[in-house]
Amino acid sequence: MSPAIFAATTIASRLTGVFWRRPKLLLGLLLAPPLLWLGMIYLGSLAALLVQSFYSFDDFSGLVVPQFTLTTYAKLASPANLSIILRTLLMALAVTLASAIIAFPVAYYAARYARGRWKAVFYLGVMLPLWSSYLVKVYAFKLILAKEGIVTWAASATHTDWLLNAALALPFVGGASLSSSYLGTFIVFCYVWLPYMILPMQAAIERVPLGLLEASSDLGATARQTFWTVTLPLALPGVIAGSIFTFSLTLGDYIIPQIIGTSASFIGMAVYQLQGTAGNVPLAAAFAVIPILIMLVYLTLARKAGAFDAL
Amino acid sequence: MPQTPAVTFSAVTRHFGPVKAVDGVDLTVAEGAFFAMLGPSGSGKTTCLRLISGFERPDHGAIHIFGQDVSAVPPHLRNVNTVFQDYALFPHLSVLDNVAYGLMVKGMGKAQRLPKAEAMLDVVKLADYGARKPAQLSGGQRQRVALARALVNEPKVLLLDEPLGALDLKLREAMQDELKALQRRLGLTFIFVTHDQGEALSMADSLAVFDKGKIAQIGTPAQVYTQPATRFVADFVGSSNLLPPALTQALGGPAQWASLRPEALRLADSGPISGVVQSHRYLGTGTRISLTLHGTDLAAFLPAGSPVPAEGSRVTLTFAPEALHLLGDAP
Repeated sequence: MSPAIFAATTIASRLTGVFWRRPKLLLGLLLAPPLLWLGMIYLGSLAALLVQSFYSFDDFSGLVVPQFTLTTYAKLASPANLSIILRTLLMALAVTLASAIIAFPVAYYAARYARGRWKAVFYLGVMLPLWSSYLVKVYAFKLILAKEGIVTWAASATHTDWLLNAALALPFVGGASLSSSYLGTFIVFCYVWLPYMILPMQAAIERVPLGLLEASSDLGATARQTFWTVTLPLALPGVIAGSIFTFSLTLGDYIIPQIIGTSASFIGMAVYQLQGTAGNVPLAAAFAVIPILIMLVYLTLARKAGAFDAL
Repeated sequence: MPQTPAVTFSAVTRHFGPVKAVDGVDLTVAEGAFFAMLGPSGSGKTTCLRLISGFERPDHGAIHIFGQDVSAVPPHLRNVNTVFQDYALFPHLSVLDNVAYGLMVKGMGKAQRLPKAEAMLDVVKLADYGARKPAQLSGGQRQRVALARALVNEPKVLLLDEPLGALDLKLREAMQDELKALQRRLGLTFIFVTHDQGEALSMADSLAVFDKGKIAQIGTPAQVYTQPATRFVADFVGSSNLLPPALTQALGGPAQWASLRPEALRLADSGPISGVVQSHRYLGTGTRISLTLHGTDLAAFLPAGSPVPAEGSRVTLTFAPEALHLLGDAP
C-alpha cells in the first residue's frame, strides 16, 4: 500500500476537501443567509407593501378593506396629496444638486491631493457628524437657524443681515426665520446627507487614473475640458451613487421637515401620520410606492444618459 | 542654413527631493529623426520625455522645441503628443472618439473630426474597430489606437514611452517594423523611451544612453554598440566583455578599461587568450562559450558552423587588435 500523500485527519481538513471538490457548495452556504434575508424578509415585506397599496380604507369603520382596487391611488392624485409629492420631489432634487456641488470639490481634494495625515483628517471630518445622533444634530440646527440663533447673530455682527434678510424675503422658500422656512429644511437636509454624497464621489474620483488626465492634457485639452470630458464622466457612477443616497434619504425622511421648516407635509411625514394616527395603511403604502417609482425613473434616465458606461 | 533641431536640452536638471532624476542633460534631436532614449529604470529617460511633453518642468536649464523655449508652455499648448506606456485610452469613449479626442478639444466639429479619425484608424489598420470600446481590444490593438490618437493631431514631435513594453515578443517585433515604416512615411520626429537595448539599436537612427540622470553616450546605434564610451554603456548595450586595466594591458593595450565584443573573439591555434571552457550555450545563430582569464569572465560567440569546443576543454582565442575598444572611464 502506498503511503497517503495527504492524510485528512481532522474534521476541518475533511471539510476543506469537500469544499475544494464542490466550490459551489461553499458559495451556496455563504450566500444562503443573506439571500434569505434579502429575498424573503426584505423583498417580501416590500411586496406586502405593494399589495397593501391596492387595498382601500373604509373611513367610517376605520378598517382596511382587503380587496383589489385603484381607489387608493386615485386618492393619492388629490391636489393636497399631489402637492406633498411635488414638494418632496423638488426638495430632494434641490438637496441632491446642492450636495453634489458642495461635495465635489471636497471629494476631489481628498481623492487627488490629500495624503497621509490629511487623508485621515478628511475621513474624520466627513464621518464625525455621522457618529452623533441624527436627532441631536437636527435639534442643534433648529437652534442654530432660529431667529435668535447664531446665524442671525453672526450675520448682524458681520453686517451681512441684508444678505440673510434678502434670502428670507425670497418668495416661497423664505420665511420669518431660517428655522421656519423651506430654506432651513434645505440647509439641514444638505448638512445631514452630505457625507453620503462625499464618500462615494471620493472613491469614484480616486479610481480615475491620473494617466488619463495627462493623456487629455497631452492631446490639447484645457483643465476645464479635461474635467467635463474625462474626470466627470468617469466619476459619474460615484456621483450617481451619492445622489441615490441623498435623493432617496430626502424622499423618505419625516423628521427634519417636522422639526425645521414650515411644517408643510412631506412624503415621509404623510406615511408616518397615515399609518400611525389614522391607521390608513393602504394610502400610506401608496405614498411609500412613490419614492420607489421616482428612483426607478431616475436610475433609468441615468442609465440612458450613459452614467454607468464607465462601470 | 542649418536646420532647426526638433528638440534641444541645454543643461537641463530636474531633481525630485534628493533624487537627481535628470542631471545637467544636453541633447539635440534632429528634425525627422527616430531618436531613442535608452537606459535602465530610474536612469532619467522617462523624466526627459515628460520634460518634453510638459508634465515635468526643469529646475534649471532650458528646453527648446523647434527653436521655441517651452519652459512656460503648459502641456496642452505644446505641439507634441505622447503614446503612453499603458496607452491611457479613455475607457468611456469609443475607439473613434478616442482618436478624435484631440481634434474635439481643439473645437473641430463632428463632421470634420470623425472622418479624420477614421482615416487615421485606417493608417494603423483598425478601420473597422471605431465603434468598439478600448476594453474590447487586444493589447496590440490598443497600442495602435494610442498611436492613431496621437498622430491625428499632426504633432511636430511624437513621444513614445516604452510603447512596446506590454506586448509579447512576436507582436513587439511586428510593431517595431510598423513604427519604423510609419515614421519614415510621415517624416515626423519620433522620440521613444525604452529599456530594451535591442529595440533601441534596431529602430533608432540615433540614441542617447542614460545613466543615473546623465547621458552616458549619444550616437548612432553602430557607434554606441561598437564604440561604447563608458563601462556602463559597454555593459548595458549588448553583452560586451569588460576588461579591467590590468587585463587590457596583458592583452596588448594600455592600462585602461576596455571592451571586447564576444563576436570579435575567434578560435585560433595561437593567441593571447587561453583558458578552459566553463560553459557553452547554444543560441541558434551560434554558440556562446565562456571562460575565465586572470579572474575575469570572458564570453566568446562562435558563429554556427564553426567547431564547438566541449566544456572543460582548453581553447585559445584571438581577436583583431582594433576590436579592443578603450573606454573613457578612469582606470
